[in-house]
Amino acid sequence: MRGIITVLGKDQVGIIARVCAYLAGGGINILDISQTIVQGYFNMLMIVDMTGRCFDETAAGLDALGRDIGVTIKLRHEDIFNTMHIV
Amino acid sequence: MISRLEIQETNRMIEESRLDVRTITMGISLLGCAGSDPDAFNRSVYERITSKAGNLVEAGDEIGRQYGLPIVNKRISVTPIAIAASGLIGDPEDGGEDSLERAAEIYAGVARTLDRAAKASGVNFIGGFTALVQKGSTFGDRALMRAIPRALAETERVCASVNAGSTRGGINMNAVRRIGRMLIEMAELTKDRDAIACAKFVAFCNAVEDNPFMAGAFHGTGERDAVINVGVSGPGVVKRALEEVRGADFETLCETVKRTAFKITRVGQLVAQEASRRLNVPFGIIDLSLAPTPEVGDSVAEILIEMGLEQPGAPGTTAALAILTDNIKKGGVMASSCVGGLSGAFIPVSEDHGMIGAARAGALTLEKLEAMTCVCSVGLDMVAVPGDTPAATLSGIIADEMAIGMVNNKTTAVRIIPVPGKTVGDEAVFGGLLGSAPVMRVNPFGCAGFIERGGRIPPPIHSFRN
Repeated sequence: MRGIITVLGKDQVGIIARVCAYLAGGGINILDISQTIVQGYFNMLMIVDMTGRCFDETAAGLDALGRDIGVTIKLRHEDIFNTMHIV
Repeated sequence: MISRLEIQETNRMIEESRLDVRTITMGISLLGCAGSDPDAFNRSVYERITSKAGNLVEAGDEIGRQYGLPIVNKRISVTPIAIAASGLIGDPEDGGEDSLERAAEIYAGVARTLDRAAKASGVNFIGGFTALVQKGSTFGDRALMRAIPRALAETERVCASVNAGSTRGGINMNAVRRIGRMLIEMAELTKDRDAIACAKFVAFCNAVEDNPFMAGAFHGTGERDAVINVGVSGPGVVKRALEEVRGADFETLCETVKRTAFKITRVGQLVAQEASRRLNVPFGIIDLSLAPTPEVGDSVAEILIEMGLEQPGAPGTTAALAILTDNIKKGGVMASSCVGGLSGAFIPVSEDHGMIGAARAGALTLEKLEAMTCVCSVGLDMVAVPGDTPAATLSGIIADEMAIGMVNNKTTAVRIIPVPGKTVGDEAVFGGLLGSAPVMRVNPFGCAGFIERGGRIPPPIHSFRN
Protein backbone atom coordinates (compact mmCIF):
# COMPACT_ATOMS: atom_id res chain seq x y z
CA MET A 1 0.00 0.00 0.00
CA ARG A 2 1.66 3.19 -1.17
CA GLY A 3 0.80 6.80 -0.62
CA ILE A 4 1.55 9.86 -2.70
CA ILE A 5 2.58 13.05 -0.92
CA THR A 6 2.51 16.41 -2.66
CA VAL A 7 4.18 19.49 -1.21
CA LEU A 8 3.46 22.86 -2.78
CA GLY A 9 4.42 26.33 -1.68
CA LYS A 10 6.95 29.14 -1.65
CA ASP A 11 10.50 27.82 -1.49
CA GLN A 12 12.43 28.15 1.76
CA VAL A 13 15.23 26.42 3.63
CA GLY A 14 14.47 23.02 5.17
CA ILE A 15 11.18 21.91 3.58
CA ILE A 16 12.52 18.52 2.49
CA ALA A 17 14.36 18.06 5.76
CA ARG A 18 11.28 18.67 7.88
CA VAL A 19 8.97 16.48 5.78
CA CYS A 20 11.53 13.66 5.73
CA ALA A 21 12.14 14.00 9.47
CA TYR A 22 8.40 13.77 10.10
CA LEU A 23 8.11 10.63 7.97
CA ALA A 24 11.19 9.06 9.53
CA GLY A 25 9.74 9.78 12.97
CA GLY A 26 6.68 7.78 12.00
CA GLY A 27 8.75 4.96 10.54
CA ILE A 28 7.45 5.65 7.03
CA ASN A 29 9.82 4.66 4.25
CA ILE A 30 10.26 7.02 1.28
CA LEU A 31 10.31 5.08 -2.00
CA ASP A 32 10.77 7.90 -4.47
CA ILE A 33 11.09 11.68 -4.56
CA SER A 34 10.85 14.14 -7.40
CA GLN A 35 11.19 17.83 -6.82
CA THR A 36 11.23 21.01 -8.89
CA ILE A 37 11.30 24.73 -8.21
CA VAL A 38 9.47 26.92 -10.68
CA GLN A 39 9.94 30.67 -10.24
CA GLY A 40 10.49 30.33 -6.52
CA TYR A 41 7.68 27.86 -5.95
CA PHE A 42 8.59 24.54 -4.44
CA ASN A 43 6.83 21.48 -5.85
CA MET A 44 7.64 18.02 -4.48
CA LEU A 45 6.16 14.60 -5.11
CA MET A 46 6.96 11.67 -2.84
CA ILE A 47 5.93 8.05 -2.99
CA VAL A 48 5.92 6.46 0.44
CA ASP A 49 5.26 2.99 1.82
CA MET A 50 2.12 3.15 3.97
CA THR A 51 1.83 -0.55 4.72
CA GLY A 52 0.36 -0.92 8.18
CA ARG A 53 0.07 2.84 8.63
CA CYS A 54 -3.02 4.88 9.33
CA PHE A 55 -3.72 7.13 6.34
CA ASP A 56 -5.90 9.73 7.97
CA GLU A 57 -3.62 10.25 10.98
CA THR A 58 -0.51 10.61 8.83
CA ALA A 59 -2.38 12.90 6.41
CA ALA A 60 -3.57 15.07 9.30
CA GLY A 61 -0.03 15.21 10.74
CA LEU A 62 1.42 16.26 7.40
CA ASP A 63 -1.31 18.83 6.95
CA ALA A 64 -0.43 20.37 10.30
CA LEU A 65 3.29 20.27 9.46
CA GLY A 66 2.54 22.02 6.15
CA ARG A 67 0.68 24.80 7.95
CA ASP A 68 3.60 25.18 10.32
CA ILE A 69 6.10 25.46 7.45
CA GLY A 70 3.81 27.57 5.28
CA VAL A 71 3.33 25.08 2.43
CA THR A 72 0.51 22.74 1.43
CA ILE A 73 1.16 19.05 2.10
CA LYS A 74 -1.29 16.36 0.98
CA LEU A 75 -1.11 12.61 1.38
CA ARG A 76 -3.42 10.30 -0.55
CA HIS A 77 -3.67 6.62 -1.30
CA GLU A 78 -1.94 5.78 -4.58
CA ASP A 79 -4.96 3.80 -5.79
CA ILE A 80 -7.10 6.88 -6.12
CA PHE A 81 -4.71 8.38 -8.69
CA ASN A 82 -4.18 5.12 -10.53
CA THR A 83 -7.88 4.36 -10.90
CA MET A 84 -8.69 7.87 -12.00
CA HIS A 85 -5.93 8.39 -14.56
CA ILE A 86 -4.85 4.99 -15.88
CA VAL A 87 -7.19 3.13 -18.24
CA MET B 1 3.71 6.75 -13.63
CA ILE B 2 1.12 9.33 -12.79
CA SER B 3 2.10 12.85 -13.73
CA ARG B 4 2.34 15.75 -11.37
CA LEU B 5 -0.53 17.47 -13.18
CA GLU B 6 -2.79 14.47 -12.79
CA ILE B 7 -2.08 14.33 -9.08
CA GLN B 8 -2.84 18.00 -8.72
CA GLU B 9 -6.04 17.57 -10.71
CA THR B 10 -7.24 14.81 -8.39
CA ASN B 11 -6.35 16.78 -5.27
CA ARG B 12 -8.19 19.79 -6.63
CA MET B 13 -11.28 17.71 -7.44
CA ILE B 14 -11.50 16.50 -3.87
CA GLU B 15 -10.54 19.68 -2.06
CA GLU B 16 -11.98 22.45 -4.21
CA SER B 17 -14.68 20.85 -6.32
CA ARG B 18 -16.32 18.72 -3.63
CA LEU B 19 -15.76 15.37 -5.31
CA ASP B 20 -17.34 12.81 -3.03
CA VAL B 21 -19.06 9.48 -3.06
CA ARG B 22 -22.66 10.39 -2.46
CA THR B 23 -23.86 7.10 -1.08
CA ILE B 24 -22.94 3.54 -0.32
CA THR B 25 -26.25 1.73 -0.23
CA MET B 26 -26.54 -1.85 0.93
CA GLY B 27 -29.43 -3.71 -0.68
CA ILE B 28 -30.78 -6.44 1.58
CA SER B 29 -33.32 -9.07 0.60
CA LEU B 30 -36.07 -9.61 3.15
CA LEU B 31 -37.69 -12.48 1.27
CA GLY B 32 -36.21 -14.95 3.76
CA CYS B 33 -38.05 -13.19 6.60
CA ALA B 34 -41.48 -13.86 5.09
CA GLY B 35 -44.06 -15.46 7.38
CA SER B 36 -47.53 -14.86 8.73
CA ASP B 37 -46.82 -13.65 12.27
CA PRO B 38 -46.14 -9.89 12.37
CA ASP B 39 -44.08 -10.03 15.58
CA ALA B 40 -41.85 -12.79 14.27
CA PHE B 41 -41.51 -10.99 10.91
CA ASN B 42 -40.54 -7.70 12.54
CA ARG B 43 -37.98 -9.44 14.77
CA SER B 44 -36.52 -11.27 11.81
CA VAL B 45 -36.36 -8.10 9.67
CA TYR B 46 -34.65 -6.16 12.45
CA GLU B 47 -32.09 -8.90 13.03
CA ARG B 48 -31.40 -9.37 9.34
CA ILE B 49 -30.86 -5.67 8.65
CA THR B 50 -28.75 -4.99 11.73
CA SER B 51 -26.60 -8.08 11.22
CA LYS B 52 -25.99 -7.41 7.51
CA ALA B 53 -25.52 -3.64 7.78
CA GLY B 54 -24.11 -3.42 11.30
CA ASN B 55 -20.68 -2.46 9.99
CA LEU B 56 -21.82 -0.43 6.98
CA VAL B 57 -21.34 3.01 8.50
CA GLU B 58 -18.02 2.13 10.13
CA ALA B 59 -16.69 0.59 6.90
CA GLY B 60 -17.85 3.61 4.88
CA ASP B 61 -16.12 6.00 7.27
CA GLU B 62 -12.92 3.94 7.22
CA ILE B 63 -12.84 3.94 3.42
CA GLY B 64 -13.40 7.69 3.48
CA ARG B 65 -10.43 8.12 5.78
CA GLN B 66 -8.24 5.76 3.76
CA TYR B 67 -8.79 7.61 0.52
CA GLY B 68 -9.27 11.08 1.99
CA LEU B 69 -12.59 11.23 0.17
CA PRO B 70 -15.91 12.07 1.81
CA ILE B 71 -18.50 9.29 1.68
CA VAL B 72 -21.52 11.36 2.44
CA ASN B 73 -24.30 8.85 3.04
CA LYS B 74 -24.57 5.26 4.11
CA ARG B 75 -27.98 3.79 3.40
CA ILE B 76 -29.99 0.61 3.19
CA SER B 77 -32.55 -0.58 0.68
CA VAL B 78 -34.76 -3.61 1.26
CA THR B 79 -37.13 -5.82 -0.71
CA PRO B 80 -40.41 -3.99 -1.40
CA ILE B 81 -42.38 -4.44 1.81
CA ALA B 82 -45.62 -5.05 -0.10
CA ILE B 83 -43.95 -8.27 -1.34
CA ALA B 84 -41.84 -9.28 1.67
CA ALA B 85 -44.63 -8.70 4.18
CA SER B 86 -47.57 -9.90 2.08
CA GLY B 87 -47.92 -13.05 4.21
CA LEU B 88 -48.69 -10.99 7.31
CA ILE B 89 -52.09 -9.88 6.20
CA GLY B 90 -53.47 -13.33 5.40
CA ASP B 91 -56.17 -14.01 2.90
CA PRO B 92 -58.34 -10.91 2.72
CA GLU B 93 -61.63 -12.65 2.01
CA ASP B 94 -63.77 -9.63 2.70
CA GLY B 95 -61.26 -7.10 1.34
CA GLY B 96 -63.38 -4.31 2.79
CA GLU B 97 -62.35 -1.05 4.38
CA ASP B 98 -61.97 -2.54 7.88
CA SER B 99 -59.74 -5.29 6.72
CA LEU B 100 -57.68 -2.85 4.62
CA GLU B 101 -57.27 -0.64 7.68
CA ARG B 102 -56.09 -3.57 9.83
CA ALA B 103 -53.61 -4.61 7.17
CA ALA B 104 -52.33 -1.03 6.85
CA GLU B 105 -51.69 -0.91 10.58
CA ILE B 106 -49.64 -4.10 10.34
CA TYR B 107 -47.57 -2.57 7.53
CA ALA B 108 -47.11 0.65 9.50
CA GLY B 109 -45.65 -1.56 12.26
CA VAL B 110 -43.15 -2.90 9.73
CA ALA B 111 -42.19 0.68 8.86
CA ARG B 112 -41.50 1.34 12.54
CA THR B 113 -39.27 -1.74 12.61
CA LEU B 114 -37.37 -0.51 9.54
CA ASP B 115 -36.88 2.85 11.25
CA ARG B 116 -35.49 1.19 14.39
CA ALA B 117 -33.17 -0.98 12.29
CA ALA B 118 -31.96 2.08 10.37
CA LYS B 119 -31.21 3.94 13.59
CA ALA B 120 -29.45 0.93 15.11
CA SER B 121 -27.30 0.60 11.96
CA GLY B 122 -26.55 4.34 11.93
CA VAL B 123 -27.75 4.90 8.36
CA ASN B 124 -29.63 8.09 7.54
CA PHE B 125 -32.28 6.53 5.29
CA ILE B 126 -33.76 3.13 4.59
CA GLY B 127 -35.73 2.62 1.38
CA GLY B 128 -38.14 -0.07 0.34
CA PHE B 129 -41.49 0.71 1.93
CA THR B 130 -42.59 0.10 -1.58
CA ALA B 131 -45.36 -1.32 -3.76
CA LEU B 132 -45.00 -2.23 -7.42
CA VAL B 133 -48.42 -1.72 -8.95
CA GLN B 134 -47.72 -0.71 -12.55
CA LYS B 135 -50.27 -3.11 -13.96
CA GLY B 136 -52.56 -3.68 -11.02
CA SER B 137 -52.54 -3.89 -7.26
CA THR B 138 -52.98 -6.73 -4.81
CA PHE B 139 -54.78 -6.33 -1.52
CA GLY B 140 -51.35 -6.03 0.11
CA ASP B 141 -50.29 -3.28 -2.30
CA ARG B 142 -53.39 -1.28 -1.48
CA ALA B 143 -52.86 -1.80 2.25
CA LEU B 144 -49.26 -0.63 1.93
CA MET B 145 -50.32 2.48 0.04
CA ARG B 146 -52.87 3.17 2.75
CA ALA B 147 -50.10 2.78 5.35
CA ILE B 148 -47.58 5.06 3.61
CA PRO B 149 -48.85 8.44 4.95
CA ARG B 150 -48.90 7.38 8.59
CA ALA B 151 -45.66 5.36 8.20
CA LEU B 152 -43.77 8.36 6.81
CA ALA B 153 -45.26 10.71 9.37
CA GLU B 154 -44.41 8.42 12.30
CA THR B 155 -40.92 7.42 11.24
CA GLU B 156 -37.82 9.48 10.64
CA ARG B 157 -35.65 7.50 8.23
CA VAL B 158 -38.02 5.31 6.23
CA CYS B 159 -38.52 6.16 2.55
CA ALA B 160 -41.44 4.91 0.48
CA SER B 161 -42.12 4.54 -3.20
CA VAL B 162 -44.81 3.28 -5.54
CA ASN B 163 -44.11 2.17 -9.09
CA ALA B 164 -47.31 3.13 -10.85
CA GLY B 165 -46.33 2.66 -14.47
CA SER B 166 -43.99 0.92 -16.88
CA THR B 167 -43.36 0.79 -20.61
CA ARG B 168 -44.46 -2.84 -20.67
CA GLY B 169 -47.37 -2.58 -18.24
CA GLY B 170 -48.86 0.82 -18.94
CA ILE B 171 -49.98 3.23 -16.21
CA ASN B 172 -52.13 2.15 -13.29
CA MET B 173 -54.35 5.21 -13.10
CA ASN B 174 -56.16 3.90 -10.03
CA ALA B 175 -52.82 4.02 -8.24
CA VAL B 176 -52.03 7.47 -9.68
CA ARG B 177 -55.39 8.74 -8.38
CA ARG B 178 -54.70 7.18 -4.99
CA ILE B 179 -51.20 8.73 -4.81
CA GLY B 180 -52.64 12.23 -5.28
CA ARG B 181 -54.83 11.67 -2.22
CA MET B 182 -51.97 10.07 -0.31
CA LEU B 183 -49.82 13.16 -0.87
CA ILE B 184 -52.52 15.41 0.58
CA GLU B 185 -52.80 13.09 3.60
CA MET B 186 -49.01 12.97 4.07
CA ALA B 187 -48.85 16.77 3.88
CA GLU B 188 -51.63 17.13 6.45
CA LEU B 189 -50.03 14.65 8.87
CA THR B 190 -46.71 16.52 8.76
CA LYS B 191 -48.00 20.07 8.22
CA ASP B 192 -45.96 21.29 11.22
CA ARG B 193 -42.78 20.27 9.31
CA ASP B 194 -43.64 21.67 5.86
CA ALA B 195 -45.02 18.28 4.77
CA ILE B 196 -41.73 16.47 5.12
CA ALA B 197 -43.42 13.09 4.68
CA CYS B 198 -43.93 13.96 0.99
CA ALA B 199 -40.16 14.49 0.64
CA LYS B 200 -39.65 10.84 1.62
CA PHE B 201 -42.01 9.48 -1.03
CA VAL B 202 -41.52 8.94 -4.76
CA ALA B 203 -43.96 7.83 -7.44
CA PHE B 204 -42.14 6.01 -10.25
CA CYS B 205 -42.60 4.85 -13.79
CA ASN B 206 -40.11 2.15 -14.83
CA ALA B 207 -38.54 1.99 -11.35
CA VAL B 208 -35.15 0.29 -11.29
CA GLU B 209 -34.26 -2.47 -8.86
CA ASP B 210 -30.72 -1.35 -8.02
CA ASN B 211 -31.09 2.37 -7.43
CA PRO B 212 -28.89 3.45 -4.50
CA PHE B 213 -30.43 6.94 -4.20
CA MET B 214 -33.25 7.93 -1.88
CA ALA B 215 -36.13 8.29 -1.61
CA GLY B 216 -36.72 5.71 -4.34
CA ALA B 217 -34.25 2.96 -3.45
CA PHE B 218 -35.49 -0.59 -3.00
CA HIS B 219 -33.84 -3.99 -3.35
CA GLY B 220 -35.41 -5.72 -6.34
CA THR B 221 -36.60 -9.30 -6.28
CA GLY B 222 -34.15 -10.13 -9.08
CA GLU B 223 -31.23 -9.16 -6.86
CA ARG B 224 -28.94 -11.23 -4.62
CA ASP B 225 -29.28 -11.69 -0.85
CA ALA B 226 -27.27 -8.56 -0.22
CA VAL B 227 -25.41 -6.21 -2.49
CA ILE B 228 -23.41 -2.98 -2.37
CA ASN B 229 -24.50 -0.24 -4.75
CA VAL B 230 -22.64 3.04 -4.93
CA GLY B 231 -23.83 6.44 -6.07
CA VAL B 232 -21.04 8.74 -7.15
CA SER B 233 -21.43 12.44 -7.56
CA GLY B 234 -19.44 15.51 -8.40
CA PRO B 235 -21.37 18.29 -10.14
CA GLY B 236 -18.68 20.66 -8.86
CA VAL B 237 -15.99 18.68 -10.67
CA VAL B 238 -17.89 18.81 -13.97
CA LYS B 239 -18.51 22.53 -13.56
CA ARG B 240 -14.82 23.17 -12.86
CA ALA B 241 -13.82 21.15 -15.93
CA LEU B 242 -16.22 23.13 -18.09
CA GLU B 243 -14.72 26.41 -16.87
CA GLU B 244 -11.57 25.37 -18.73
CA VAL B 245 -13.42 25.13 -22.07
CA ARG B 246 -15.61 28.21 -21.80
CA GLY B 247 -16.81 29.27 -25.24
CA ALA B 248 -15.56 26.12 -26.99
CA ASP B 249 -17.78 24.21 -29.44
CA PHE B 250 -20.20 21.42 -28.52
CA GLU B 251 -17.85 18.60 -29.46
CA THR B 252 -15.33 19.96 -26.94
CA LEU B 253 -18.07 20.43 -24.36
CA CYS B 254 -19.25 16.83 -24.76
CA GLU B 255 -15.73 15.46 -24.65
CA THR B 256 -14.96 17.39 -21.45
CA VAL B 257 -18.07 16.11 -19.65
CA LYS B 258 -17.29 12.58 -20.81
CA ARG B 259 -13.69 12.64 -19.63
CA THR B 260 -14.69 14.10 -16.28
CA ALA B 261 -17.46 11.53 -15.78
CA PHE B 262 -14.91 8.81 -16.46
CA LYS B 263 -12.66 10.03 -13.68
CA ILE B 264 -15.49 10.48 -11.19
CA THR B 265 -16.82 7.02 -11.90
CA ARG B 266 -13.42 5.39 -11.48
CA VAL B 267 -13.30 6.76 -7.97
CA GLY B 268 -16.76 5.33 -7.31
CA GLN B 269 -15.63 1.97 -8.62
CA LEU B 270 -12.63 2.01 -6.28
CA VAL B 271 -14.80 2.79 -3.28
CA ALA B 272 -17.43 0.22 -4.28
CA GLN B 273 -14.86 -2.55 -4.58
CA GLU B 274 -13.30 -1.64 -1.27
CA ALA B 275 -16.70 -1.52 0.47
CA SER B 276 -17.62 -4.86 -1.04
CA ARG B 277 -14.36 -6.39 0.20
CA ARG B 278 -14.60 -4.98 3.71
CA LEU B 279 -18.24 -5.91 4.20
CA ASN B 280 -17.97 -9.23 2.39
CA VAL B 281 -21.02 -8.35 0.33
CA PRO B 282 -20.95 -8.55 -3.49
CA PHE B 283 -20.59 -5.32 -5.47
CA GLY B 284 -23.70 -4.54 -7.49
CA ILE B 285 -23.61 -1.36 -9.53
CA ILE B 286 -22.29 2.16 -9.75
CA ASP B 287 -24.95 4.78 -10.28
CA LEU B 288 -23.46 7.61 -12.34
CA SER B 289 -26.02 10.23 -11.43
CA LEU B 290 -24.78 13.72 -10.79
CA ALA B 291 -26.50 14.52 -7.52
CA PRO B 292 -26.40 18.07 -6.23
CA THR B 293 -26.55 19.26 -2.62
CA PRO B 294 -27.70 22.64 -1.35
CA GLU B 295 -24.03 23.70 -1.01
CA VAL B 296 -22.58 26.27 -3.40
CA GLY B 297 -20.24 24.54 -5.86
CA ASP B 298 -22.20 21.28 -5.75
CA SER B 299 -24.94 22.16 -8.18
CA VAL B 300 -26.23 20.79 -11.50
CA ALA B 301 -27.75 24.21 -12.19
CA GLU B 302 -24.27 25.75 -12.04
CA ILE B 303 -23.17 23.35 -14.80
CA LEU B 304 -26.08 24.47 -16.99
CA ILE B 305 -25.14 28.10 -16.36
CA GLU B 306 -21.49 27.34 -17.15
CA MET B 307 -22.66 25.84 -20.47
CA GLY B 308 -23.96 29.29 -21.37
CA LEU B 309 -27.48 29.60 -19.99
CA GLU B 310 -28.40 32.71 -18.04
CA GLN B 311 -30.57 30.58 -15.75
CA PRO B 312 -31.77 26.95 -15.74
CA GLY B 313 -35.17 27.07 -17.40
CA ALA B 314 -34.05 29.44 -20.14
CA PRO B 315 -34.53 28.26 -23.74
CA GLY B 316 -31.76 25.75 -24.44
CA THR B 317 -32.00 24.16 -21.01
CA THR B 318 -33.41 20.86 -22.23
CA ALA B 319 -30.66 20.56 -24.85
CA ALA B 320 -27.98 21.41 -22.28
CA LEU B 321 -29.33 18.82 -19.87
CA ALA B 322 -29.49 16.23 -22.65
CA ILE B 323 -25.79 16.83 -23.40
CA LEU B 324 -24.93 16.51 -19.73
CA THR B 325 -26.91 13.31 -19.14
CA ASP B 326 -25.71 11.56 -22.27
CA ASN B 327 -22.04 12.35 -21.82
CA ILE B 328 -22.05 11.38 -18.16
CA LYS B 329 -23.29 7.99 -19.30
CA LYS B 330 -20.74 7.70 -22.10
CA GLY B 331 -17.84 8.51 -19.80
CA GLY B 332 -19.15 6.48 -16.90
CA VAL B 333 -19.88 3.32 -18.85
CA MET B 334 -16.27 3.25 -20.02
CA ALA B 335 -15.10 3.56 -16.41
CA SER B 336 -17.06 0.72 -14.83
CA SER B 337 -18.33 -2.58 -16.12
CA CYS B 338 -21.28 -2.50 -13.73
CA VAL B 339 -23.20 0.71 -14.29
CA GLY B 340 -26.83 0.73 -13.25
CA GLY B 341 -29.38 2.49 -11.09
CA LEU B 342 -30.67 5.74 -12.51
CA SER B 343 -27.41 7.09 -13.96
CA GLY B 344 -27.92 10.57 -15.37
CA ALA B 345 -28.37 13.97 -13.80
CA PHE B 346 -30.70 14.75 -10.94
CA ILE B 347 -32.53 18.05 -11.04
CA PRO B 348 -34.11 18.34 -7.58
CA VAL B 349 -35.26 21.85 -6.94
CA SER B 350 -34.83 22.03 -3.17
CA GLU B 351 -31.44 20.31 -3.09
CA ASP B 352 -29.70 22.60 -5.59
CA HIS B 353 -29.18 26.27 -4.76
CA GLY B 354 -28.98 27.13 -8.48
CA MET B 355 -32.34 25.52 -9.19
CA ILE B 356 -33.84 27.30 -6.18
CA GLY B 357 -32.49 30.59 -7.52
CA ALA B 358 -33.90 29.90 -10.98
CA ALA B 359 -37.32 29.05 -9.55
CA ARG B 360 -37.31 32.23 -7.44
CA ALA B 361 -36.29 34.32 -10.45
CA GLY B 362 -39.19 32.88 -12.43
CA ALA B 363 -36.84 31.26 -14.96
CA LEU B 364 -37.77 27.74 -13.96
CA THR B 365 -41.40 26.70 -14.11
CA LEU B 366 -43.05 23.38 -13.44
CA GLU B 367 -43.76 23.01 -17.15
CA LYS B 368 -40.10 23.58 -18.11
CA LEU B 369 -39.02 21.13 -15.42
CA GLU B 370 -41.36 18.58 -16.96
CA ALA B 371 -39.71 19.08 -20.34
CA MET B 372 -36.28 18.68 -18.73
CA THR B 373 -37.33 15.36 -17.21
CA CYS B 374 -37.64 13.94 -20.73
CA VAL B 375 -33.84 13.95 -20.98
CA CYS B 376 -32.57 13.69 -17.40
CA SER B 377 -32.30 10.58 -15.32
CA VAL B 378 -35.38 10.94 -13.19
CA GLY B 379 -38.14 13.48 -12.99
CA LEU B 380 -39.89 16.16 -11.01
CA ASP B 381 -37.86 16.02 -7.86
CA MET B 382 -38.36 17.91 -4.60
CA VAL B 383 -40.81 20.36 -6.07
CA ALA B 384 -42.87 22.33 -3.55
CA VAL B 385 -46.34 23.43 -4.66
CA PRO B 386 -49.14 25.33 -2.89
CA GLY B 387 -50.83 23.44 -0.07
CA ASP B 388 -54.26 23.96 -1.62
CA THR B 389 -53.32 22.10 -4.83
CA PRO B 390 -56.17 19.59 -5.39
CA ALA B 391 -55.35 15.87 -5.16
CA ALA B 392 -56.55 15.40 -8.75
CA THR B 393 -54.07 18.02 -9.97
CA LEU B 394 -51.22 16.25 -8.15
CA SER B 395 -52.37 13.02 -9.81
CA GLY B 396 -52.45 14.81 -13.17
CA ILE B 397 -48.86 15.99 -12.74
CA ILE B 398 -47.86 12.43 -11.83
CA ALA B 399 -49.77 10.99 -14.80
CA ASP B 400 -47.92 13.34 -17.17
CA GLU B 401 -44.58 12.25 -15.77
CA MET B 402 -45.54 8.57 -15.93
CA ALA B 403 -46.55 9.03 -19.58
CA ILE B 404 -43.13 10.53 -20.40
CA GLY B 405 -41.46 7.53 -18.79
CA MET B 406 -43.76 4.96 -20.36
CA VAL B 407 -43.57 6.29 -23.91
CA ASN B 408 -39.84 7.06 -23.83
CA ASN B 409 -38.87 3.79 -22.16
CA LYS B 410 -37.10 5.59 -19.32
CA THR B 411 -37.39 5.96 -15.58
CA THR B 412 -39.36 8.96 -14.45
CA ALA B 413 -40.39 9.91 -10.96
CA VAL B 414 -42.30 12.52 -9.04
CA ARG B 415 -41.42 13.78 -5.59
CA ILE B 416 -43.78 16.68 -5.09
CA ILE B 417 -44.69 18.42 -1.87
CA PRO B 418 -47.98 20.28 -1.41
CA VAL B 419 -46.98 22.47 1.53
CA PRO B 420 -49.95 23.19 3.84
CA GLY B 421 -50.63 26.86 4.46
CA LYS B 422 -48.07 28.02 1.89
CA THR B 423 -48.50 29.46 -1.53
CA VAL B 424 -46.48 30.67 -4.53
CA GLY B 425 -43.44 32.66 -3.39
CA ASP B 426 -43.33 31.13 0.08
CA GLU B 427 -40.48 28.90 1.13
CA ALA B 428 -40.72 25.30 2.32
CA VAL B 429 -37.85 24.26 4.60
CA PHE B 430 -36.97 20.58 5.02
CA GLY B 431 -33.47 20.84 6.44
CA GLY B 432 -30.27 18.88 5.87
CA LEU B 433 -29.72 17.28 2.48
CA LEU B 434 -33.37 17.85 1.55
CA GLY B 435 -32.78 21.61 1.61
CA SER B 436 -35.51 24.17 1.08
CA ALA B 437 -37.67 25.03 -1.90
CA PRO B 438 -39.68 27.98 -3.14
CA VAL B 439 -43.33 27.06 -3.63
CA MET B 440 -43.90 26.92 -7.38
CA ARG B 441 -46.94 27.85 -9.38
CA VAL B 442 -49.20 25.06 -10.56
CA ASN B 443 -51.43 25.40 -13.63
CA PRO B 444 -54.80 26.34 -12.09
CA PHE B 445 -56.93 24.51 -14.65
CA GLY B 446 -58.34 21.23 -13.36
CA CYS B 447 -58.09 17.64 -14.57
CA ALA B 448 -60.43 15.89 -12.11
CA GLY B 449 -62.66 14.52 -14.89
CA PHE B 450 -59.63 12.82 -16.45
CA ILE B 451 -58.19 11.42 -13.21
CA GLU B 452 -61.55 10.18 -11.91
CA ARG B 453 -61.95 7.82 -14.87
CA GLY B 454 -59.78 5.25 -13.11
CA GLY B 455 -58.50 2.03 -14.68
CA ARG B 456 -55.28 1.53 -16.60
CA ILE B 457 -53.66 3.27 -19.55
CA PRO B 458 -52.47 0.39 -21.76
CA PRO B 459 -48.80 0.27 -22.74
CA PRO B 460 -47.68 1.98 -25.93
CA ILE B 461 -47.38 0.15 -29.23
CA HIS B 462 -43.59 0.04 -29.10
CA SER B 463 -43.73 -2.03 -25.91
CA PHE B 464 -44.66 -5.03 -28.09
CA ARG B 465 -41.12 -5.88 -29.05
CA ASN B 466 -41.14 -9.66 -29.00
